[in-house]
Amino acid sequence: MPKRTDIKKILIIGSGPIVIGQACEFDYSGTQACKSLKDEGYEVILVNSNPATIMTDPDFADRTYIEPITPEIVAQIIERERPDALLPTLGGQTGLNTAVAVAEAGVLEKFGVEMIGATLDVIKKAEDRELFREAMGRINQRVPRSGIARSIEDCFRIAEELSYPLIVRPSFTLGGSGGGVAYNREDLEQIASLGLDLSMIHEVMLEESIIGWKEFELEVMRDRMDNVVIVCSIENIDPMGVHTGDSITVAPAQTLTDREYQEMRDAAIAIIREIGVDTGGSNIQFAVNPQTGEMVVIEMNPRVSRSSALASKATGYPIAKLAAKLAVGYTLDEIPNDITRETQASFEPTIDYCVVKIPRWTFEKFPGTEDFLTTSMKSVGETMAIGRTFAEALQKGLRSLEISRYGFFGDGRNRLDSDPALVEPEIIRSRLRTANSQRIFYLAAALKAGFSIEEINELTGIDPWFLYHFDRLVKRGREIEALGPLFGSPETAAARTDLAEELLRAKRDGFSDIQLAHMWGWKEDQIRSLRKSLGVNSVYKLVDTCAAEFEAYTPYYYSTYEEEDEIRSTDRKKVIILGGGPNRIGQGIEFDYCCVHASFALREMGIESIMVNSNPETVSTDYDTSDRLYFEPLTKEDVLNIIEKEKPLGVIVQFGGQTPLNLAVPLAEAGVNILGTSPDSIDRAEDRERFQVMLKKLGLVQPPNGTAMTVEEATKVAAEIGYPVVVRPSYVLGGRAMQIVYDVDSLAGFVRYAQEASEGHPILIDKFLEDAIELDVDAVSDGHRAIIGGIMEHIEEAGVHSGDSACALPPHSLSAQLIETIKEAAKAMAKELNVIGLMNVQFAVKDDELYVLEVNPRASRTVPFVSKATGLPLAKVATRVMLGQSLDDQGIFDEPAPKHVSVKEAVFPFNRFPGVDTILGPEMKSTGEVMGIDSEFGLAYAKSQMATGEMLPLEGNIFISVRDRDKKMAVKVARRFADQGFKIIATRGTAQAIAEAGVEVETVNKVFEGRPHVVDLIKNGRIHFIANTSLGHRTVIDSISMRRTALLYKIPYVTTMAGALATAQACEALRNHKITVKTIQEFHQVD
Amino acid sequence: MESKKAILALADGKVFQGCSFTGPGETWGEIVFNTSMTGYQEVLTDPSYTGQIVSMTYPHVGNYGINEQDMESERIRVEGFILREYHPVPSNWRSRQALSEFLTAAGVLGITGIDTRALTRHLRERGAMTGFISTEDLDPDSLVEKARRAPTLDNRDLVKDVTCKQPYVWVPDENGGRREFNPAAIEDWTRTRGRYRVAAMDYGIKFNILRLLAAHGAAVLVLPAATPPDEVLGYNPDGIFLSNGPGDPAAVTYVYENLRGLLGQRPIFGICLGHQMLGLAMKGSTFKLKFGHRGANQPVKDLTTGKIEITSQNHGYCVDMDSLAGQDIRLTHVNLNDNTLEGLADEKRGFFSVQYHPEASPGPHDASYLFERFIKLMRK
Repeated sequence: MPKRTDIKKILIIGSGPIVIGQACEFDYSGTQACKSLKDEGYEVILVNSNPATIMTDPDFADRTYIEPITPEIVAQIIERERPDALLPTLGGQTGLNTAVAVAEAGVLEKFGVEMIGATLDVIKKAEDRELFREAMGRINQRVPRSGIARSIEDCFRIAEELSYPLIVRPSFTLGGSGGGVAYNREDLEQIASLGLDLSMIHEVMLEESIIGWKEFELEVMRDRMDNVVIVCSIENIDPMGVHTGDSITVAPAQTLTDREYQEMRDAAIAIIREIGVDTGGSNIQFAVNPQTGEMVVIEMNPRVSRSSALASKATGYPIAKLAAKLAVGYTLDEIPNDITRETQASFEPTIDYCVVKIPRWTFEKFPGTEDFLTTSMKSVGETMAIGRTFAEALQKGLRSLEISRYGFFGDGRNRLDSDPALVEPEIIRSRLRTANSQRIFYLAAALKAGFSIEEINELTGIDPWFLYHFDRLVKRGREIEALGPLFGSPETAAARTDLAEELLRAKRDGFSDIQLAHMWGWKEDQIRSLRKSLGVNSVYKLVDTCAAEFEAYTPYYYSTYEEEDEIRSTDRKKVIILGGGPNRIGQGIEFDYCCVHASFALREMGIESIMVNSNPETVSTDYDTSDRLYFEPLTKEDVLNIIEKEKPLGVIVQFGGQTPLNLAVPLAEAGVNILGTSPDSIDRAEDRERFQVMLKKLGLVQPPNGTAMTVEEATKVAAEIGYPVVVRPSYVLGGRAMQIVYDVDSLAGFVRYAQEASEGHPILIDKFLEDAIELDVDAVSDGHRAIIGGIMEHIEEAGVHSGDSACALPPHSLSAQLIETIKEAAKAMAKELNVIGLMNVQFAVKDDELYVLEVNPRASRTVPFVSKATGLPLAKVATRVMLGQSLDDQGIFDEPAPKHVSVKEAVFPFNRFPGVDTILGPEMKSTGEVMGIDSEFGLAYAKSQMATGEMLPLEGNIFISVRDRDKKMAVKVARRFADQGFKIIATRGTAQAIAEAGVEVETVNKVFEGRPHVVDLIKNGRIHFIANTSLGHRTVIDSISMRRTALLYKIPYVTTMAGALATAQACEALRNHKITVKTIQEFHQVD
Repeated sequence: MESKKAILALADGKVFQGCSFTGPGETWGEIVFNTSMTGYQEVLTDPSYTGQIVSMTYPHVGNYGINEQDMESERIRVEGFILREYHPVPSNWRSRQALSEFLTAAGVLGITGIDTRALTRHLRERGAMTGFISTEDLDPDSLVEKARRAPTLDNRDLVKDVTCKQPYVWVPDENGGRREFNPAAIEDWTRTRGRYRVAAMDYGIKFNILRLLAAHGAAVLVLPAATPPDEVLGYNPDGIFLSNGPGDPAAVTYVYENLRGLLGQRPIFGICLGHQMLGLAMKGSTFKLKFGHRGANQPVKDLTTGKIEITSQNHGYCVDMDSLAGQDIRLTHVNLNDNTLEGLADEKRGFFSVQYHPEASPGPHDASYLFERFIKLMRK
């Protein structure tokens, strides 16, 4: 059946900002969908508030709305665009929920818009627990016994019918947010209240516990002729009880016989039919009792998902692309399989390798939260590794994690190897019993300590199949270690006949050169050169969907150590781009965006682009983004192996964030040509002393500062500079372990913390510029000339990490003269550093004095935002510059001067980490960003807030409580709100200041002052916006309970006065104007 | 685990090195690859693999051991088993035995550590060919020579080696079913009421066909392949089933010649070799595929409904569609990967057949409707 011709214009809803549970996999799927629908000749309308996505690039949809994804805004877009159809299944839970809301509001009916892919009924049947249970009953599929509760009383009643432990699952939330395991009544009350609150429909399901059962997922595709295929099976190493997003998973399933697998497959097909997903992909989760084989259905997502992105990358079968094509009427047998070309999409991929996905957590960013994994997802990213065997894939996956680990154990980087206190049997037992981010390493420790597989299985519930492989690796490690004394030095080892064989055996089990070097007491490079001389080299195999049954054309490779190498290298000019690895806080989609742009630019220039990355969620690891894709860890060893095979012109390291940047020097030392800014220039910007020399030469100033290697040195430096100071480690990204220190008493602790975060590197100590305005500048330079892509003024004052601060482009409070000074300074530094490519500078302005805080000659987090705000594709321009096209050659002379205002706002994962303070500081905590664009700052800021999910009040009560220094600003904020008719409520000191200024204010108790206090007011719904600042450690702790309550009750809050003032402006704008929507193409055209 | 160096040599001179996980031994046969990621026990015991050494493309094999229920015949049928990585410690609640024990007890050689992907690519490019594996003779040249000298499957009757010697009745039980050779049971079968009496011609029948026929309401009598048509009809069955089986279909002339005597007499349903026998009985011809179809992911289109089935397949020969031109036969199914013939039917004479395996085992159950279709045909 050919595609539908009765629809011409299709609206796609994206997933918005990157949050835990919803990351760049939806950019990958959305981008695929936009591309394939456009290819089919449909007019594609897109709405997504996330500027860092590829899908929101102006070329990917015909009309792109970077607007808040709320039902109201989407309704406006529908009214303006009049699409024929809405495709709701590609934007994650956000897209689905928004589509449901728009449909239920009657908007689709009113404007004659058809929901394609999955209809409203289908979505509800799959998402609503009770309807889903009923549906499963009709097709004789067992689901865990459960009950639906809409109140705490319901919960207690249901708990009596079932028995503890109980799983609490809120309906309609992200990543199981708010869910958990309740072992007793008290747990239940706590978890269920949070769950009820987070559920869009105020509903939770209580479920019989099947903790410890094996967990599986199937990715299913269906077309409108009712053809169904299973794309991939996935088995979780961590059994039921840990969210799938937090589980280490393996594809394909390993421990099911064909009989059991087929039973699961039959169930999946019956389920997709019963739920009625007409076309597209769904993800269905099952649990299997390891003792009896009994199978239950856990849940179904009637849309593409994180798992479907993983399945696509694991098999080469592009689920989202096909989902889009099926939605417009194609059937599976009408769509060719891109990879084999000979065959169609109507088959089931079979793979001849093993895929391991490992989540990436950032518990270190959230002190106060315990490192435990539950049914509520906490990881911020993931990495995937492909190997011919599980052991190989596992070790590759662990070294892809970017946690300075190079394997399962024995890499010299494991504290469990060196600190006996950490591996006391009781500690091991407790770290195995409750899942946590380090459990995989404790498994190695337990096996080394002689724990039996039976005991570990009992403690963890992990299937013995996996434990066998862990154990085997530990045993292999012992064997390898024992070779050390026999081999002696590299020189004596070279004479031994068994060396090549032993090296090969170790490599086949995924041991890295670093592991071998550590175990033999050699240097990594010595292992490498011996390997090379003996011909023990990696080979590359294709991911081809068909286990080599057909010839494959799509060049998607992974490394292994085997006989045959399948690389089809070419003599064309080629460039390798190193990606960023797994998403983590501080390094996410923004860097992938830049890498993808680099690849596009290279291909436009006729240069072959070769991508290396290990993150399955991204667009960069889509097999048709680059000419060749290597799904590999980003370590020196793995990258050099590829470089030796491909022999590129050079390597681009400046786009993928810190990961590839850290490789710049080692690669350069190995003789690799690093394109663009030289590693020496990068070092000049990073190295304190060299940087100071440069600033002095250019007549620029930085805040007083110094470096220290020890606590004593730090104390001395801080005393010279004067408190407060900013303490941070060098060579890290995302403000890792960065702190503002107000007094000598707390200095030592913070210095040690910083030392841990970047061992062996100096600690940087700067004077903290209180109340300064911070600025971010992104520029491109060709070595002769630089142009400024954009200057962003931070809303929050200095001291809040730039990644966590909202910012506006163009700046709204700087004089034209100052802006000129800033541009000149940036350009002077670009020239002095001989920057070729991108550069980001952070400035601070205090009392009209300009300070240089930091210069980074590489892509920054704000590159996509600036590109979207101005229409100038910075990363592409930079790529061309790096390949020798000057800015003149490219015809780029004018700096963009947009007439509209763009605001970037950060999005935080605080609701995932109970007990964590939501206050902003120098350590970055946000996971993603949104963008608001409009004609004036107030409206743009208001849109950015709406896009993060904050509902700014148009009337009601504003609560203000500030530290002394902010009282002047507080008055300003209070007046601005009061003038709009808001009522002001404040704590005693603040209230006094406000009252003295003649603004009407009501006083309320702080929490420790007695009841009723501010938290009571929040709980009673009497507060509609909170502005709260605090200084020093003690007051911070006092105000935590207030901020947590605000978070729980979803009351918008800010922790800076600048933010409060911006909010007041936004409220004003919202009261005076109706929000309107406009496409990014229209915004760019006006400029 | 004992690991003894082993060499696999192909008739075209290609050599692979690995090691045995079943102790010492030597074997030879046609080397074929199977792309199923599960179902090795079913593969090993499928009589259609007689004369062949199977290489599994999925690297980890042995994961869930061997159990009592997933046998497709009473014993292992492959001549040898080639893996990338043998998994020695099974993990599954039904497992009773490790794969190596199962193979060793049957004296079948299993080797591991082979670059099975390279082997698959080689066979894909060069076509199926004979191979010789040894842990004793480790001289590649000598092994290649042995592989060259070994007979191929062409023109060899392998059905006679795998068919039952005596008729038996299939008796369903808690493990799926068992064979009952007792003549009294056959007597009982002829008096069956309320169930369709199916005579199944055993060319190397898989147990799951018998299980499914029984599950669909048939009482099954299994007959040796060479049973003459009048003897078959003498049992007065309601329908006749033609089973799967090994080897070159053109070599078993007696089977398809006998079959001509059954056409039009009773409803007939054929699978795999049974399908090829129907093609040959209709004066069609068969040809050898370059490397065959063996796996659980082959898409087949039902030309009647337009629907796609994901099917389990295991065949190296194929009925030539063109050779049946002009015959009053309807082509019902086609393979979407290479457009080869997958099914045919003759409504007038009441028979239909498929090249693939609706009984799955291993593989998807998408085509199990064909068993119902057979029952319906007998109801008419």
